[in-house]
Amino acid sequence: MRKSTPFLLAVCTAVAVGVVGCTSDVPGASPSAGPSGAGTGETSKFFVQADHDNELALRTKSATGPADKPWEQALDPKTVDTAKYKKAGPYNLCFSNAGVGNPWRQVGFKNMQAEVKLHPEIKSFTVADAESKDDKQISDITDLLGKGCDALIVSPNTTATLTPAVEQACAKVPVIVFDRGVNTKCPVTFINPIGGYAFGATGAEFLVEKVKPKGKVLALRILPGVDVLEARWGAAKVVFDKSELDVVGVEFTDGDAAKTKTIVSNYIQRFGDIDGIWMDAGATAVAAAEAFEDAGKPFPAIVGEDQQDFLKMWQDKKLTAIAPTYPTYQWRTPVIAALKILNGEAVASPWKLPQPTITADNLSQFVQKDMPPLHYAMCGCATLPGYPGDWGGK
Amino acid sequence: MSTQTAALTSAAPAGLGGGGRSGWGAGSIRPVLIILVLLLIAVGIRQPDFYDPPVLLAFLKRAAPLIILAAGQYFVIVAGDFDLSVGSLVTAEVVIAARLIDGDPAATWPVIALLLGFGLLIGLVNGLVTTLLQVPSFITTLGMYLVLVGAVYTWTGGSPRGALSEEFRLFGRRGIDGVPVLGQLPYAVLVLAGVAVLAVLAMRSDFGKVLLAVGDNPRAARVTGARTARVRTIAFLASGVLAAVAAILLGGFGGVSFQVGQGLEFTAITAVVLGGVVLGGGRGSVAGAMLGALTLQTLLTLLNLLGVSGALSSAVQGLIILAAVAVGTLRRRT
Repeated sequence: MRKSTPFLLAVCTAVAVGVVGCTSDVPGASPSAGPSGAGTGETSKFFVQADHDNELALRTKSATGPADKPWEQALDPKTVDTAKYKKAGPYNLCFSNAGVGNPWRQVGFKNMQAEVKLHPEIKSFTVADAESKDDKQISDITDLLGKGCDALIVSPNTTATLTPAVEQACAKVPVIVFDRGVNTKCPVTFINPIGGYAFGATGAEFLVEKVKPKGKVLALRILPGVDVLEARWGAAKVVFDKSELDVVGVEFTDGDAAKTKTIVSNYIQRFGDIDGIWMDAGATAVAAAEAFEDAGKPFPAIVGEDQQDFLKMWQDKKLTAIAPTYPTYQWRTPVIAALKILNGEAVASPWKLPQPTITADNLSQFVQKDMPPLHYAMCGCATLPGYPGDWGGK
Repeated sequence: MSTQTAALTSAAPAGLGGGGRSGWGAGSIRPVLIILVLLLIAVGIRQPDFYDPPVLLAFLKRAAPLIILAAGQYFVIVAGDFDLSVGSLVTAEVVIAARLIDGDPAATWPVIALLLGFGLLIGLVNGLVTTLLQVPSFITTLGMYLVLVGAVYTWTGGSPRGALSEEFRLFGRRGIDGVPVLGQLPYAVLVLAGVAVLAVLAMRSDFGKVLLAVGDNPRAARVTGARTARVRTIAFLASGVLAAVAAILLGGFGGVSFQVGQGLEFTAITAVVLGGVVLGGGRGSVAGAMLGALTLQTLLTLLNLLGVSGALSSAVQGLIILAAVAVGTLRRRT
């Protein structure tokens, strides 16, 4: 008896695992049954068909405004009158920032600070960093309102929770919201690029074009439940469901390089080959591509973003790739909008910025060898004061 | 394959003679060996090319950091302590490396030296607080875990900066190319072999015997004149420096990452327990602990091949800890 307990346990465990191993079907069969890519799962409750269709249409609209300054351009603009906000300078501009917790926001915030330096009429620029916390941002906005702001820029941490705070601010000063939105029309304008649906669809359409029918595609998402990211995946899902591609998995990476590489390595091991990688954000695209390199497999067609590490790898290794962007130059626009509003000039509302895509044809324009690996190319910052040193470049 | 067997055969006698008992008693490596063999057979059925030397070496390369961490955790556990700080230490090391190297190849070696030193320093603090201030190691290292998590977040503002040089990443990613039969011999596997030999030699030395005695019965060890505080502190030093080695391999494998070390302390403890080492100390061999890590990695590989989601792996780890501790208690009682 004394000797048999652990032995029995060992055998049972292994047998149990072994039985599962012997009886389950071929690996590909479990996640995707139908030819129409049933592997993409249920449609998310975030998916809004009208917004989706609108964004996809906006991709081909031409923008008004100076061609060399996309951050001043607007797509399909409807302007609002701002005469009632007209005020003599100099101004005290305030900014409630959701946080600088990722490289995208760090680059963006530098763009904004540099844009402020371009305008001598801005006497002071007061910033409150909410450190990605809703409650801190709510109290930040209240604090800022007590500091004599002439206009308030808000980059909300989350949509629903920040709405009442923004409404409260609207009653006192002109408010400009950008990046993530709020559920109220009270801000003078809301600035963002075309959006997540367009981003997600562009990448997915590229894979449909480059990957052979029945080819295996792995979709990598950061995390569920964030509207911008849900929109990206929602649009990609629509494209994949219509295609003949086999979506073998949809995984969450937390935006982490090590986790991404492990997940991709696991899929390569399980399926032998993966033909396409779709990502809802490109920060871990290099890690995903490296997994193929280390496994001795050819690179797949891959969707990345405009971060330098990926663009450089794309160029060096001649990847089949595309980089939809969510340009950081949108951080310049709120400052420009605020000054227009305080000057009584009409502004676009909503202010939809163009959302360029980097392809093999224009890649060389965006590879910047002297910029750090986590820098975002689509920053519109090359002519700003302090460039490139303030962005970490040489 | 040859590297693996070499490590195992050289380790086994030490395991049997050094700490564990032969046969099925508590601390024996025989149960984990049987589980490992059965799992390897199952993986082989599922993925027939698994036993091609290059595939097997790639597997060992991925398992190496966990095996090294398990060896470090073993020293601490067998002396009756815990080290919960290794996961956050790994993250801190990778983040520090990226920030200091910042893509500059010339900085590689100085930074590696600094990382090993930092690992030793954290181990030293853990050891001194536990032994001199008599804080239970569970609390000491939990505190260290929180300190490191907070310090890393504050230092970086919550997002990784800088970059690792290719030279630094070499150890976790690349290997010696053109080896006959094997193809590429990953550096990570060489590092693993070195760590395994050193760990086994350490447990065969006087230090190892005292360490086991301290874990088995601290009071008796002290009465017989053993310097218990010193060996326990050395165990923490070993855990710290091996966490640094694991961090160098993991950072090389995946690049800059904020979550690279997340949960690794529990994975390492699971591996050690799976290897037949008894929580509370005094029983078990370092070979068993490393085999436990290899077994855990094999199990995770099998689950992946079966299409079981990665999210379940923590549930599997939890079940293993519960089962292993329960079985260990049963074995001691009968």
